[in-house]
Amino acid sequence: MTSFLNQNRPPVFCPGCTHERITKSLDNTLVSLDLDPARTAIVTDIGCSGLFDTFFNVHALHGVHGRALTYAAGLKLADPSLTVIVTMGDGGLGIGGAHVLAACRKNLDLTLIILNNFNFGMTGGQFSATTPADAMVGSEFLNQAEIPIDICKVAKAAGATYVSRYSGHDPELSAEFGRAITHKGFSLVETLGMCTGRYTKRNPLTPKAIDEMIDAQPKEKGLVKENLRPEYGDRYQALAKEKASFPKPLIIETSYDLPDPKRQEVVILGSAGMRIVTAGDIVCYAGICAGLNATIKNDYNITVLRGQSVSEILLSPDKIGYTGLESPAVVLALSDEGVARRQKIFANLSLDTLVLKEKSVAIPKTQACVEEVDFKALKVKRPDWALASLGILAKKNLILNQGMLEKALKARFNKTVFGMAMETLAKVA
Amino acid sequence: MALAFMEGNEAIARGAVAAGCNFFAGYPITPATTIFNNMLKMLPPAGGVCIQGEDEIASMGYCIGASMAGKKPLTATSGPGISLYSEHISFAIGSEIPLVIADVQRLGPSTGSATRGADADIQFLRWGNTGGAPVIVLAPRDVRDCYELTVHAFNFAERFRCPVFVASNKEIGMTKESFDMDGVCLPPLVERTPHPGGNFLPFAADPDKAPAFLPIGGDTLVRQTSSTHGADGFITIDPDTIAAAQDRLHNKILAFEEEICLYEENLIPGSDTLVISYGITSRAVADAAAALAADGKSVSTLCLKTLWPVPETLIQKAAKGVSRVVVIEMNLGQYVNEIRRILPGKTVDFYGQMNGVLIPPAKIMEAIEND
Repeated sequence: MTSFLNQNRPPVFCPGCTHERITKSLDNTLVSLDLDPARTAIVTDIGCSGLFDTFFNVHALHGVHGRALTYAAGLKLADPSLTVIVTMGDGGLGIGGAHVLAACRKNLDLTLIILNNFNFGMTGGQFSATTPADAMVGSEFLNQAEIPIDICKVAKAAGATYVSRYSGHDPELSAEFGRAITHKGFSLVETLGMCTGRYTKRNPLTPKAIDEMIDAQPKEKGLVKENLRPEYGDRYQALAKEKASFPKPLIIETSYDLPDPKRQEVVILGSAGMRIVTAGDIVCYAGICAGLNATIKNDYNITVLRGQSVSEILLSPDKIGYTGLESPAVVLALSDEGVARRQKIFANLSLDTLVLKEKSVAIPKTQACVEEVDFKALKVKRPDWALASLGILAKKNLILNQGMLEKALKARFNKTVFGMAMETLAKVA
Repeated sequence: MALAFMEGNEAIARGAVAAGCNFFAGYPITPATTIFNNMLKMLPPAGGVCIQGEDEIASMGYCIGASMAGKKPLTATSGPGISLYSEHISFAIGSEIPLVIADVQRLGPSTGSATRGADADIQFLRWGNTGGAPVIVLAPRDVRDCYELTVHAFNFAERFRCPVFVASNKEIGMTKESFDMDGVCLPPLVERTPHPGGNFLPFAADPDKAPAFLPIGGDTLVRQTSSTHGADGFITIDPDTIAAAQDRLHNKILAFEEEICLYEENLIPGSDTLVISYGITSRAVADAAAALAADGKSVSTLCLKTLWPVPETLIQKAAKGVSRVVVIEMNLGQYVNEIRRILPGKTVDFYGQMNGVLIPPAKIMEAIEND
């Protein structure tokens, strides 16, 4: 192919705009690399750089300001054989900064061409993330209070494996695009250019001045040795390949029949580290083993190693509708924090509710039947109080019985943990 | 006999895999995070790709790119994430990019309460996009629904080429529940219609249909754009072309309202009250209705599983014989506005609650009996 340019849609840039030169340089690159148009995609966002996808006879995806890298990553992850080239202005660079950093860190095989022309051309020459502080721009004085970003420096710090900076007028640019595209990994080429419609009207920027700017900055000529590492897609595939087993859903056999099943609610009030959620699970397993329906919801602190841990369990022979508490049959009060979290329920407990309270725990006034247990005296450690409480319930044939509990423990735990659980239960037998 | 035991979020992930989902990108947020966790366990062994985006905007961007390469993507978030998804929801609507978004709703406004449920986003999901074109929103009432509706969501996304929301709730997503997996009823899978060959224009379609699809990376060059476009995928300012495209975005969904309509109803002949609800709240409504029936005061109930497009025909039919409609929502009145709009002249009462806890059946009975 002699050109990838779409003859029906020639570039429409302002006279003298560097973008037009870059368009031609990129076309030369695509030709010299002999890319297959059907295996190449150009991804763009908003601004004059966002016109690039319309000029080339390749696949094109044009999207929202600053997000081009995210679409490009989606395409590349979905189809690793694609050559994906992203063009982005200094506007997109600023608004999509998080995506540039993520692309540098990931090292997915994408090529990002930044068309830095130091301002927002389309909206009136406002300052961008790369506008010099002494430039005259459409944002009055605001750029004078900031400093511009050096994206090459940032990209290297963020782990980019290929970073270069070129004048958009550099005759070497096409060859440089070629090196960037063939680099296996994320490559970032910053091009500096003139926005003749806006920026150069008030700022004396020329190709010579751009060369001087580039010379004044550290040389950025491609491979960043200290960052070199495997490409993200390859790395991802290699890591994902190790995850070969598809997690099966948890299925519990319903083997046990209860003589008189009814809807029952259990509340376990405890603290982080007391295995409250596990105990709640065991109640559910026990119920399901006995052919009941079960629901459980848990309430714990966002700082998971501190604070309350509350489990609310419903067992019912019927389909469970409302999953809130109406009338708990059992409340296990195992820590003050847990009790504090649900202290409002105590006033409304019914006469036949059993509150099983650990000796050290204080509870609000209630008409429910309160039983105290001294787990310390029984030599049950705090993390096992919830499990031991289930043993006490099983002994009373309340909510669950010994058979159900044992089946639940077998279903929930491996052999070792099951043995330890049975030892705990023996302490309250 | 055996019962599965899982939370709604796991069921969404399993439904997605059953639907052929092969790409996930998301960002952790309570109460939706476990969808991501589950997809990360399920997709790699199933040959799919699962990515944690650098933020919600990127996650949606990854899904958009993957969908345009022909993948069937899922993403999952909660209300604050939907805020960030908004620009890409608009893109996916306007540029007809199939994907499924699970919104495990929590109490708003803003960061609100991470671990408190609410059906807070019901109008937000419909209108949280630029341009106002319709979307499809499905609302599961339990874990089984999470599984089944997610498959429907993928089918609708593929068929209508649009984003489809599964509007779950913390109270379903993070509540584990037993259910009979053998009883799950999945629809046959639907895939987006491939272009039959010949001249390809990426957005050429009948006035009430989605365009045929070709992936980026295939032999035929594809153009995709977030900008206002003609059939060729290039920017247009021609008013007739624009109007036709806008109409098509509406018609391709609204004309199929009845095919998109999923629901459960229990219409009691002779009952003069119809209780309309959706999601987790519909379960307490069922309990309330059963208690009232035991008292000899039967009411009809309608549980909507498709919220958008509004199943107007269904609602009008169900409400035909009753003198009063009661709408119950886990918010302070969002969907009731749609019910009032389509049932002019009918008494439509409302009870809602936005306090981080489920509406108990007793409150619903009170609302029904307080006429």
